Amino acid sequence: MIDFINYYLIPGITLGSIYALGAVGISMIFGILRFAHFAHGDLMTTGAYIALTAVWTLGVPALAAIPIAVVGTALVAVLLDKAFYKPLRDLPSIYTVIASFGVALILRSAIQLLWGTDSQVYVVGFQKPLVFFDSFRIALRHMQIIAFTVVIAITLHFFLSYSKTGKSMRAVADDPELARIAGLDTEKIIRWTWLIGGGLAAIGGVFVGLDTDIHTNLGWNLLLPMFAAALLGGIGRPLGAMLGGLIIGVAEEICTFPIMEIEIISPSYKSAIAFIIMLALLLFRPQGLLKGRVL
Amino acid sequence: MELTGLFFYFVSFLTMAGIYAVICLALNIQWGFGGLFNAGIAGFYAIGAYSAAIITSTAASNNVGGLQQPIFVGMAVAAVIAGLVGWGIARLCVSLKSDYLAMATIGIAEIIRLVIVNEEWLTNGSLGVSNIPRPFEGVFKGQTAEIVFVLFVWIIVLLTYFISQRLHKSPWGRVLRAIRDNEDAAESIGKDTHSFRTQTFVIGAIFMALAGALSAHYFKYFSPDATEPILITFLAWVMLIAGGSGNNKGAIAGALVVWAIWSMTEILTGFLPSEWATRSSYMRMLLIGLFLQFVLQRYRSGLLPERAPKLDKLRRS
Amino acid sequence: MPDPILSIQNLTAGYGATPIIHCVDLCVHLKGIVVIVGPNGAGKSTLLKSVFALNKYFSGSVEFMGQSIVGVKTADLVPMGISAVPQTSNVFANLTVRENLQVGTYAAPPKNPAATLDMILTLFPDLREKLNQPAGQLSGGQRQMVAIGRAMMSDPKLLLLDEPTAGLSPAYLERIFDLIQQIREAGISVLLVEQNAKQALRIADMGYVLVNGKNGYTDTGKNLLANDEVRHAFLGGGLPA
Repeated sequence: MIDFINYYLIPGITLGSIYALGAVGISMIFGILRFAHFAHGDLMTTGAYIALTAVWTLGVPALAAIPIAVVGTALVAVLLDKAFYKPLRDLPSIYTVIASFGVALILRSAIQLLWGTDSQVYVVGFQKPLVFFDSFRIALRHMQIIAFTVVIAITLHFFLSYSKTGKSMRAVADDPELARIAGLDTEKIIRWTWLIGGGLAAIGGVFVGLDTDIHTNLGWNLLLPMFAAALLGGIGRPLGAMLGGLIIGVAEEICTFPIMEIEIISPSYKSAIAFIIMLALLLFRPQGLLKGRVL
Repeated sequence: MELTGLFFYFVSFLTMAGIYAVICLALNIQWGFGGLFNAGIAGFYAIGAYSAAIITSTAASNNVGGLQQPIFVGMAVAAVIAGLVGWGIARLCVSLKSDYLAMATIGIAEIIRLVIVNEEWLTNGSLGVSNIPRPFEGVFKGQTAEIVFVLFVWIIVLLTYFISQRLHKSPWGRVLRAIRDNEDAAESIGKDTHSFRTQTFVIGAIFMALAGALSAHYFKYFSPDATEPILITFLAWVMLIAGGSGNNKGAIAGALVVWAIWSMTEILTGFLPSEWATRSSYMRMLLIGLFLQFVLQRYRSGLLPERAPKLDKLRRS
Repeated sequence: MPDPILSIQNLTAGYGATPIIHCVDLCVHLKGIVVIVGPNGAGKSTLLKSVFALNKYFSGSVEFMGQSIVGVKTADLVPMGISAVPQTSNVFANLTVRENLQVGTYAAPPKNPAATLDMILTLFPDLREKLNQPAGQLSGGQRQMVAIGRAMMSDPKLLLLDEPTAGLSPAYLERIFDLIQQIREAGISVLLVEQNAKQALRIADMGYVLVNGKNGYTDTGKNLLANDEVRHAFLGGGLPA
């Protein structure tokens, strides 16, 4: 049982936290701008590499590099919107989806050009896990990732429920036409969406680097589970998306737990789990578990 | 470059452009006619390539294969398998809205990739399948064989084109466009939109697999790393949009033009300083990504726009 | 008559390439209630939407307090003092009633938000106990009140209402018409599109009957109700009410 917690549940929650941070942005962008942002994973990669540069040049630990990564990636996100998404805003959303494919490719190849394609790490060497009650083991980085994500989720909740910008964002996600009629400044809200979505994606990207390593496909590989998470939480419900991320992350890890010493699902297929959950949702409950909007 | 060298560069250019033209025509059937957003083109392409490889390869290492069947059998099997997989997916997914269909098809391509990488008994895993023959290999040798192969590819392109053109003009094609442009109206006159879309998706999947089979025969070797899946999917989309979605000639023209641009970026990046040379392929990706944005913003309807009386292509969903 | 607050002259507008309304004139006076009636498809909602820049303008003039508002973006009209309530999907369903009302203040913050909220809750006492419920859970009539309340939170000078009584029970219908009169008493001019023409004309200072996208009959509400032609053609006949 303790093995289950140490080696499946904790890594699952960690992975879920990372998915959560990416899925928030996907859900907000889907809700407010009405398109599936296929370059979101690559925004995470961007964040991870900006932090890497900060670690290299300033010699700070990865966690301290997070603010730099957040600001950098948030700006990248706003600029991408200005250059590539805004000109297509009044067209059917599918054009923006196609554009976001292109942006994914642009971001990734720009990263490959600037930083090369070798895998990198923030810290070299093995970290000893912390041990509690003689048997409960958790790596420090897992603890940091989970704790940070919880803090972010709480902050986000307060931001969305009580701030003017947060409420405006929810209003636009609810009904963009009515928001326009109510006189809300949609472009300003869209800018905020990219700042927050990009910033949280950067944190997620740094966490991936902390947990494993940094490589140019880091974000693209997470895209599918993050979409699944956003759908699970209900489109346009950022906190639902975070919960969805947690569920997908845990599901991916624990589904490989051998029951009576038989692995039911081979670990090499665990990334298919997210997809199966996503497909099941799309087919049977497109409003998500928490009743988001159906697009 | 001497003349023969240039000529054979052109032959290899036409071969790849032809293979892409088939993919592009297939995508045009799915997207241009049916409005189905397939972001998992690479998956069907891989199914075709591996089916053909396994069926026709002359010898196998650790996997099934080396079945030494004729090339046409390989292509038929590729078409059948891709058609079946496509049918299964289509049954589940075609009624999804475009963004969701994109996610679902990416997921399917990902699962196909997982199967290819993990099921070594079938695909020889990351080592790939080799000893794949080319058509008429016994009869023509050397440079003649290259010319024969490019002809073979373009016969398939033309075949795909004529089939697609027939479909486009047939009552079937008209119903399809009606569904694409206004699903509710099509349904209200008693058309089973779901089944029409399924058929579209399956036909597209089959031709994508044929393109995969062609490239397996062309490369004579196929592995998970032989082609970058996202690049195939992406180039096909750029080609179709640049060429003019909904128009078969546009699909072929787009494949030729974009493959020419893509090949030209290779020449361009050749001028980069040597320390950048290793990164030239990323530069090319960056350029083609920017090219797509340019086309989307300025030349959305493509070189040869769709000619049927055009309604609003898609309502904002 | 007091000064006009909204003055439309020769307006042609519609959707895409097709005009729906042609050379329409309309005038709303300060603290007036003006009702647009007419058969389905006459262009009533189109006229309202073109004041609010929600469709395509072709020609003509639209002046608000003496200033042309042709080409002014929808979002910029709210700070100028115009609020609109669309006919359908007019509340933010996932936001609470309180949040819906708060969103109404964002574009044009009222001088005293607490007092405005209080005024609105006095007008719509039903909403007071629903403040923390998502607006999507309310009944149709209550939603209509949230929608009108939201539009009034920005202290507008002119309120545009698109069929606020559509689909409401007769009891609510009466209340909405009462409310519109109270809104006018609070100093807000109201431009109203209505299907329930008879009741609407009863409270209207001026009525405009649109026919095929053009001005048909224009007169005071009372005179229109008394006009036999109008009554027979557009008000379902019967004796003068």
